[in-house]
Amino acid sequence: MGGAVAKAVVDGVLTGGVYALMAAGLTLIFGVMDIINIAQGILVVLGAYLSYVLSQDLGIGLFLGLLITIPSLFVIGVAVEWAFMRRLQERERTALSILVTYGVAIVIEGILELIFGPNYVQLRAWYVNQSFHVLGFYLPYIYVFGFALAVFLLGVLYLILYRSRFGRSVRASLQDRAAARLVGVNVERVSTITFGIGIAVTAAGGMVFGATNAFNANSGYDLISRLLTIVILGGLGSIGGALGAAVFMTVIEGLVAVLWSPVWATLVFYAALVLVLVIKPVGIFGQRAARAQ
Amino acid sequence: MAVCLGGLMLAACGKGSSAGSSASSTPASKAATGSQSSVASKKPVVIGASLSLSGDFSADGQAFQRGYELWADYVNHHGGLLGHPVKLDILSDASSPTQAVTNYEKLISSNHVALTFGPFSSLLTIPTSKVAARYGYAFVEGAGGAPDVFAAGLHNLFDVATPVANYMLPFAKWVASLPPGKRPKTAAYPTSNDPFTEPVINKAKSLLQKAGVRTVYYKVFPAEVTDFTPIADQVATTGAQMVVLGSVDVPTVSAFMQAFEQQHYNPKVFIASAGPDQGQAFLKAVGTSNANGVMVPNGWYPGVRIAASEAMVKAYVAKYGGSPSGINADVAEAFSVGQVVAQAVKATHSLSNAKIISYLHSGVKLSSVEGPVKFDSKGENIAALQFIFQWQHNGHFVQVLPTKAPGSQPVLFPKPAWGS
Repeated sequence: MGGAVAKAVVDGVLTGGVYALMAAGLTLIFGVMDIINIAQGILVVLGAYLSYVLSQDLGIGLFLGLLITIPSLFVIGVAVEWAFMRRLQERERTALSILVTYGVAIVIEGILELIFGPNYVQLRAWYVNQSFHVLGFYLPYIYVFGFALAVFLLGVLYLILYRSRFGRSVRASLQDRAAARLVGVNVERVSTITFGIGIAVTAAGGMVFGATNAFNANSGYDLISRLLTIVILGGLGSIGGALGAAVFMTVIEGLVAVLWSPVWATLVFYAALVLVLVIKPVGIFGQRAARAQ
Repeated sequence: MAVCLGGLMLAACGKGSSAGSSASSTPASKAATGSQSSVASKKPVVIGASLSLSGDFSADGQAFQRGYELWADYVNHHGGLLGHPVKLDILSDASSPTQAVTNYEKLISSNHVALTFGPFSSLLTIPTSKVAARYGYAFVEGAGGAPDVFAAGLHNLFDVATPVANYMLPFAKWVASLPPGKRPKTAAYPTSNDPFTEPVINKAKSLLQKAGVRTVYYKVFPAEVTDFTPIADQVATTGAQMVVLGSVDVPTVSAFMQAFEQQHYNPKVFIASAGPDQGQAFLKAVGTSNANGVMVPNGWYPGVRIAASEAMVKAYVAKYGGSPSGINADVAEAFSVGQVVAQAVKATHSLSNAKIISYLHSGVKLSSVEGPVKFDSKGENIAALQFIFQWQHNGHFVQVLPTKAPGSQPVLFPKPAWGS
């Protein structure tokens, strides 16, 4: 039993990295722009399909393909922000963003289904199904690589947000858009780039998701509720919180599934979410932390 | 702003498979109006159905749509129903039981369809059959075979497929027939809590336990689970020699197979209740070489030697392309639904739902691409054939059980190592 518990914790930590990659963009966009991006789930799937096309049709490896998919999704993010988000009035932005991004999600899903059909596919590479043996456990390569990628990309995001001039502009825009304009910050440009970055990170999450799950155009629905829960638990706008909350979620679920029953795993997680929010409504790391200097 | 939202809404509405939208301009309806002048000149018989064209069951729902449309093409080329062309009115339910109920209400009370066909899955059939019963419609379906479907005792409900609880009967009999030295000694039964999977797994477990196979793992997981790794890893740690998985779709089976391979766990026998029967959809998800040895129950396969089935397969390939082995078994289930309804209409010389219901309950034996059809008082098909299939030799979907059934090939046992 001890071995099974340890395995559940290890698996939970590694899987948490995958979810953190998918949730990072969502928490960044909300934390900085007060936009709830309901399209996050389908954008993960879009990232997975882009990786699929590159690997299947062009023979480009999954991680190498990120050099193409990340900039591609950045461009898509910029286009979506320019076309839709920018038009939302500030005082209604959060509420309307739900409707607008839902519409965007429907359109993207429809296009993906038209192109790829309803059949499930999965990304393939030598490391997707293989594992290595360490300390009595088999650790799947894909989860270890995915976790490392998550830490790397989230670290880069953190540096951009908190250690760069652009990041200061982003946080200034968040605190007070009018004041930011007065000190020379191009608020619209900052918002556009931030949105693009948030979507671009999703490409990496999509690749790992597609390597660890069979997916089709409808797979985004199962994701969005879990991703929203992660960002709320971790604190809206907190990159580190997204990683922490994702790991917390997957470890809790894994432990309950092993020690008790898979039937209760999801329920226990949501019960823990309610408990955390009762004690600390802004989430574990909270939005206040995300906006701190 | 209003222009942007309007554009978004137009784009969303223009998408063919949004929930509740109609897909009534089907190729079948076009075929209905153009194929034969005598048929085309009469008023069409509109048949309504709610299908999961998006959501969790989208692969099956779309296969069902193809089956229904293929049948409509066939019947319109053969004189229609009592000389009337058939037109399908298919609404998408996004795999939601609530939406499916709404769709059937709309089809019957607003669209005034003459007849109805069933949806995909026992989950959706349970509530929708009650809607049809309320309005006196015959409800012939091909994918709602769980015991819970018949618990309400509805008189209008008919399932052309094999009763779900018997799905793994040939498999359990085969395991029991193995010499004690070769028979798997332990088994794991992970299953989703779906009205389809639990009866299948519970009956198989009961039979296999009687045959001396010890249960080392039995757990039910919610259908909403997205991460199967903890469950699959637990199964792997038991070292069970046989895994009997209660699954409803390809992603579930794929996730378990991937976790097993990562844990270097290779059971001697691996069978899933659904997923591996989806042809190319399954192979694309798991990889052709990984599929070798995986078994699945089903009532039909593309190579079955039934004349009507062979014709249907030919028509499918002509219309949709691909190869016979890539045809989802759901297509045959849907086609069979149409065949049964057509035979009832012809026999009763009527489109009256009451007469169709009465006829189908008369004990008459009908035919379909899946084989014989005969309904008991509950509406279950007691004449249904049941086979077990296995993926063999890199991409060949082969009938293996019952061992003495015509066309059965030897079982690949024990299952080859993953990827070989």
